[in-house]
Amino acid sequence: MQRLVFAFIAGGLFGAGLFVSGMTDTTKVQGWLDVFGNWDPTLAFVMGGAILPMAIAWMLTKGRRPIVGGEFPTPPEPKIGRNLVLGSVLFGAGWGLAGLCPGPAVASLSYGGWPHWVFLVAMLAGMWAAPMVRSQLDKAVPAE
Amino acid sequence: MFESIPVDWIWGLVGGLLIGTGGAVFLLANGRVMGASGIIGGLVDGSGRSSAMERIVFLIGVFLLPIVLKPLYRPFETHASENLAVLVAAGLLVGIGTRIANGCTSGHGVCGISRLSLRGMVATVFYIMAGGLTVVLFRHILGVI
Repeated sequence: MQRLVFAFIAGGLFGAGLFVSGMTDTTKVQGWLDVFGNWDPTLAFVMGGAILPMAIAWMLTKGRRPIVGGEFPTPPEPKIGRNLVLGSVLFGAGWGLAGLCPGPAVASLSYGGWPHWVFLVAMLAGMWAAPMVRSQLDKAVPAE
Repeated sequence: MFESIPVDWIWGLVGGLLIGTGGAVFLLANGRVMGASGIIGGLVDGSGRSSAMERIVFLIGVFLLPIVLKPLYRPFETHASENLAVLVAAGLLVGIGTRIANGCTSGHGVCGISRLSLRGMVATVFYIMAGGLTVVLFRHILGVI
């Protein structure tokens, strides 16, 4: 139960932050990516603002355990593989095309109108298909 | 110009601090990395079944807080594309890409960079470059978005 309360608080803060930061406004995200047009630096402020408390949180994990118990996540192997690069390129292309990424896609559902629902359904379909895409990819070109 | 633009930056910073605080709570309390694509994707492909309730409650929070805040906030438009092909293609790319890369703007970007993860930084460079090229191509060359 405690775990769910914290999950709700974390999700609520995330949703509130995505909302007030303007990051569910697709023109602001595309404006950040549009270095040859009317460039909008807002996203850098959002990223900077978010990284600050998160960096403190990572420092606080040292020598401690999560409040609800268990262990903190260990850092993944520092491996820069094909999946990381190719996946990020595909993600970036979709992000630029619609100006939406997974967090804002959920945060904007109540006020963005039907296009956000279309995007969400397509995103869920993509996430559902991703394990198959990945295994096809591994068959065609073994990762390393 | 100086009346409207910096306000967006300040709201961006405030929103960013809220996002990071959410990530800090999820990490310090539950021991979880706050990555939106991982939280959603684990529900969709079944890999996160053992923590399904935690994920669902998190997402309810993400969905609900804007509803609570909207009446208090300035008028807000999302300006999303109404081009069905663009929306579907973008959604598929975001869904497949984030799951293959194992993270998105929140997981690789916020949570990865803040722990000085090389993977997070590399992913962020690639998705920003790909996003930038996509906007150049589809906005300035093809004029679709």
